[in-house]
Amino acid sequence: MKKGPFLPKLKKDLRRNRGAYLMFLPVLVYYLIFCYKPMYGVIIAFKNFVPTKGILASPWAANHGLVHFISFFKSVYFGRLIRNTLVISITSLFVTFPLPIVFALLLNEVRSRHFKGVVQTCSYLPHFISTVVVCSMVTLFVNEKGFITHLLVQLGIAEEGFSLLTNKDFFVPIYVLSGLWQTLGWSAIIYVAALSGVDQELYDAARIDGANRLQQTIHVTIPAIMMTIIMMFILRLGSVMSVGSEKILLLYNEAIYETADVISTYVFRKGLVDSSWSYSAAIGLFNSTINLILVVSANRISRKLAGMSLW
Amino acid sequence: MEKSKGYKIFTLFNTLLMLFVAAVCLYPFYYIIVASVSDPSTLMRHRSWLVWPVGEPTLDGYRMVLNNRRVFSGFANTFRILGLGLLFNITLTALGGYVLSLNNLLLRKPLTLIVIFTMYFSGGLIPSYLNIRDLGLMNSLWALILPGAVSTSNLIIMRSAFMAVPESLTDAAKIDGAGHFQVLFRILLPLVKATMAVMVLYYGVGHWNSWFSASIYLRDNTKYPLQLVLRNILLRSQQQDMLSDVPMAQTPQAMLLIKYSLIVVSSVPVICIYPFLQRFFQKGIMIGAVKG
Repeated sequence: MKKGPFLPKLKKDLRRNRGAYLMFLPVLVYYLIFCYKPMYGVIIAFKNFVPTKGILASPWAANHGLVHFISFFKSVYFGRLIRNTLVISITSLFVTFPLPIVFALLLNEVRSRHFKGVVQTCSYLPHFISTVVVCSMVTLFVNEKGFITHLLVQLGIAEEGFSLLTNKDFFVPIYVLSGLWQTLGWSAIIYVAALSGVDQELYDAARIDGANRLQQTIHVTIPAIMMTIIMMFILRLGSVMSVGSEKILLLYNEAIYETADVISTYVFRKGLVDSSWSYSAAIGLFNSTINLILVVSANRISRKLAGMSLW
Repeated sequence: MEKSKGYKIFTLFNTLLMLFVAAVCLYPFYYIIVASVSDPSTLMRHRSWLVWPVGEPTLDGYRMVLNNRRVFSGFANTFRILGLGLLFNITLTALGGYVLSLNNLLLRKPLTLIVIFTMYFSGGLIPSYLNIRDLGLMNSLWALILPGAVSTSNLIIMRSAFMAVPESLTDAAKIDGAGHFQVLFRILLPLVKATMAVMVLYYGVGHWNSWFSASIYLRDNTKYPLQLVLRNILLRSQQQDMLSDVPMAQTPQAMLLIKYSLIVVSSVPVICIYPFLQRFFQKGIMIGAVKG
């Protein structure tokens, strides 16, 4: 592009590409109204928001506008919410991250193409079921009469006559294992694809050198998909503080808040149930700021290591 | 290829394990289907696995579900949201993706930045809720359609697809005097059909699964989409939603039967079409993985 004063250049560009800018206008309007306006609305976190007065006219909060943040950090919920959010997301990470890789590796060893296809198709099925239905199925299976409860009672793990969802020790396993069921086959797709791209000659060379199947897997297959694994792992780490609220809202109840309540569900209850607008907006802002830092760092690391990033 | 004894044992175990994984993925559905045609009183007493319907098989559950007005209006509302929503989704995503793929645009960088920044930071639940309220969209289906009209990651995928089209193709059309609209609709869209299909599926699945926005923005239960109706009946056991024109629908036995049948009725459409959609989804996941 030619150098020169910016404004005349911009004028010329706007005239020349008028059609393109007009096409972008509705998209821009969407982003301004539905993404940037709520970002501006975040300032209610520093105010005592009164719905009838609106955002601008509402008075600023005490302590230089930080009173909601301070009272959240001092409240008994703070530690519990951070702990639950981290426990749920880290347990999920350590279960739902490695197992699809193992599944893809084992599936790769199946010789019959037909059998492989059937197993893979079955493994996707749970991914296509809506969250509401998955959670209803979980609830039906683990209630006081459900077959999973019955199984655990026979194994001596659970008490007879109680829904597992009323026991705080069972929430994390239920959440994580149902998540595994939903995503195992689906998350494996990317590794299955990476595995099918491994050069066949590498295996032949390894075999000539006398490597058996296990050695071939360790020295050829795993190094070949290592980059994909590292990248996926780093990106997952970036979202470690953001546990989605939908599945938890559908599964939890007051009896197990101690282990099931996370930041996003607390924001929902405080804001939309108790109408503590400013307080819950402050907690939400705290959470999205941490997420921003985590995602940006994860991207930096991934870009340095693998030369790949989220965008 | 020589086969050692160890390898044979491994193959056997691996085959069994794969069968086990397939069974674990399928059994819950099988259980639900068998339970939905079982005799409800016997089912209430039954605790363990189901292999075959218990008691006298019955289709009462399905009769009650199909007579339920809320289930019907739920399907109708969901299809309405799907239709209108997809129209907005696809139009805006194609327009946005196209403009951001033009490399002779002076403002391309800042516009791209405006779009991408929203992937990293958002106002959050409460400001978004207040925004919808201020816009006067409460209790309107538009509250479920407009806020998610563009998904930034989809827009980026779309942009990459347009960028992958050789410039010589669009340049030729421009020399012949075609404007941006003609280039987009006549030349580019037909070339990126596969990506468009993936977009329809991604947005479509999103609309189909969504219940949370409906639960906070809608008041009239005649406007509820299917998933919210399901939440109320399946997870909250809300009586007024279950009440069909069949009086027996009020007993706990009937409620249980309705739940199982409802899960089948609401999931069957998806289960029937998913094997055909699979290859699009696989493609989509690969597109998503290499985007940017």
